[in-house]
Amino acid sequence: MGDSSRPCTVWLGSETGILKGVSLSRRKALNFCHSSQMSRQHEVRTLCWGDPAESELLVAALDGTVKTFSLEKGTFTDVRQCGDPADGSFVGLATLDDGAGLVTCVGGGMLRVWKDESGEPAAKIRVGSNIARMRQNPEHRNKVATGGKENCLKVWDLEKPDVPVFTARNLRNDWLNLRQPHWVMDMAFIPGSDKVVTCTGYHQVHVYDPSTPQRRPVLEATYGEYPLTTLSLPATGGSVVVGNTHGQIAVLDLRKGLVRGCFKGMSGGVRGLQCHASQPLVASCGLDRFLRIHNLEDRRLQHKVYLKSRLNCLLLASRPLEDPEDASEDECVEVKEEDDVDEVWDAMERVGERGENPKRKMSPEEGENTKKKTSEEPENSKSGTLEEGENGVEETGGDQEKKTPEVEKEEDEEEEVKEPPKKQKRKKAKA
Amino acid sequence: MDIIEVPVSQKSENKKSQNKCGQSKDAQQPNKMETGDVEVKEEQTEQTIAFPPTFSVSEIKNKQRRHVMFMKLKQEKRKIKMEMKKQRKRQAKILGDKAPPKQVPKTIENQRVYDETTVDPEDEEIAFDEATDEFSAYFNGLTNPKVLITTSDRPRGRTVKFCRQLATVIPNAHVYYRRGLALKRVIPQCVARDFTYLMVINEDRKMPNGLVLCHLPEGPTAHFKVSSVRLRKEMKRIGKEPTEHYPEVILNNFITRLGHSIGRMFAALFPQKPQFVGRQVATFHNQRDFVFFRFHRYIFKNEKKVGIQEIGPRFTLKLRSLQKGTFDSKYGEYEWVLKRHAMDACRRKFQL
Repeated sequence: MGDSSRPCTVWLGSETGILKGVSLSRRKALNFCHSSQMSRQHEVRTLCWGDPAESELLVAALDGTVKTFSLEKGTFTDVRQCGDPADGSFVGLATLDDGAGLVTCVGGGMLRVWKDESGEPAAKIRVGSNIARMRQNPEHRNKVATGGKENCLKVWDLEKPDVPVFTARNLRNDWLNLRQPHWVMDMAFIPGSDKVVTCTGYHQVHVYDPSTPQRRPVLEATYGEYPLTTLSLPATGGSVVVGNTHGQIAVLDLRKGLVRGCFKGMSGGVRGLQCHASQPLVASCGLDRFLRIHNLEDRRLQHKVYLKSRLNCLLLASRPLEDPEDASEDECVEVKEEDDVDEVWDAMERVGERGENPKRKMSPEEGENTKKKTSEEPENSKSGTLEEGENGVEETGGDQEKKTPEVEKEEDEEEEVKEPPKKQKRKKAKA
Repeated sequence: MDIIEVPVSQKSENKKSQNKCGQSKDAQQPNKMETGDVEVKEEQTEQTIAFPPTFSVSEIKNKQRRHVMFMKLKQEKRKIKMEMKKQRKRQAKILGDKAPPKQVPKTIENQRVYDETTVDPEDEEIAFDEATDEFSAYFNGLTNPKVLITTSDRPRGRTVKFCRQLATVIPNAHVYYRRGLALKRVIPQCVARDFTYLMVINEDRKMPNGLVLCHLPEGPTAHFKVSSVRLRKEMKRIGKEPTEHYPEVILNNFITRLGHSIGRMFAALFPQKPQFVGRQVATFHNQRDFVFFRFHRYIFKNEKKVGIQEIGPRFTLKLRSLQKGTFDSKYGEYEWVLKRHAMDACRRKFQL
């Protein structure tokens, strides 16, 4: 069962409570469900990596539980109750170094640090009310930022929980001397400095610099007319990618605050956005039930995957998304070891992903899955032509994401998605 | 090959018509084809003249001559088509059962690009999603629909009549005058009074042109463009007014995931158990992303024959956006927005 979860490089949480793993190199999307009974109470609110090696995922659900999902085993290994659902739903999840603990934040404003397996939090901080997001600084992992509706950005140090390290101030009154409304929806720490970028519900993007005495935003940029729901920082700095409730995703320049370009295709509100750590790719998911992966440089659509439920959050693995190593069924290759081989593969010119298909060999464990896994061939032009991607020929192979569903309740842990009936030939499984 | 039918001896016409025939039956007279360049239309003295093969009727500058040539071209094509048809018929007669199947003409619906969001009826995840969505209370029989119909501010003539006729079609519907009230303030009051739907008909220049359908407890809000509204007096052979019986509902061709959501929205407008005594039926037919609403009264004459009579207003809807949550156009989250530039680019791809 770990064989199906290990090659997945994109993880998404849906409103129906299903954790979805997408393997782009194999063109598969898999469902992982904790219990055989699906329930709206298990709606996934946030995801985060459990450890730096990315072998465990933490899934925060609507009913206040945080589940641990092991990629090696492909199942949920642990469940812990972290708070009362009446307090609000989870808005942020982070782990502290050395597996020391878990930081959770709920919309009602309680930020809790959990250590060990105890039922009581080790530390509690009241961060205000109406929190929309909490994010952790990837460089200084004991610093977190929170913000919400009428709740300014605050940066907290978990070792000194009484008072925030930095509290932002609202913008100046406008030209009629009226107070400007304020609604922080998402934030991110800019690596290499202390600065924080936020996006607001009033279609503004602000950059704050705690190292300066100025508590008001250092830079302000606006985009569109609709609330900006998420943002993400690409690996190459100097820009930020934002998404709004209308499905418009744009990349803004952080030096002058101008729009560099838009990523087309999304037709529903953007709920999850993340740029890859090394490759120039950005993944987006949202209410229109699709996962889209765009190339940051030429802003073209590379992959589009239909996942049947509304998606709340997503998480990318640090290794290259279309790992050629994943395409082969050598399951003995550990996730960590693949990193060395990746350089070789990445240096090679990428002609077309179609070449990966013949290389793929089915292992016996995959036999059950292969029945549905049809249609990876480029001849499945029906869906291939569907793609909105304006890519050249080489990418059409990569565009076909077939969800091959077949619900199995044998292990009550894993479920596979069934593919809608198609007239194509089924690939015979080579056992 | 005699092509000269026009009395005025215009050799150019002869040439062109000859060339046309030459092109269509080029195998027969290869010697007539000249591989000259396109611009040169040399008038040769002989009757049998060949044209450069890339010549087309549109290059003739004279309008009348061009028209004549075009008509001739069409006639030739028609002739060929009739011949083919006759041949096929003859073949079919001869072969009888072994004849090749009839050719199906290509229509836009035939050529529709396969949509990957098409709902598979056996899909468990989608079944669960639909079983627990905002309409589950209605489909489980826990709530009865109660609709509030209103308009944009200060409605005029047609819109008022349209609202009244809609209220007769939808059972348990109430029409209220919109006194310039903000919808966001109206919605909590509706919820308090147990309404399940809020329907706002937008008016422009005395004609209804938009519809906002908001499912009330916390349900999705759909915004439609309304066109082709026909009121009762504009319909032919219309009989009596519709009665108070609950009509049956027919939902046609809502196959994608988005189509399913919209179909469920329409279904939840009407009470679950129709009263067949009333013999009335409301139809929502989706074709090419347009939803056509019709209201009929039917009667079965015998087991196989049924007579229908259209009563009630008829209108066409086109979905413009579907927003999650009650009406909040500025700060609400949209589940689907029509983006014409992206979505209307392909003539064979539809969203519903």
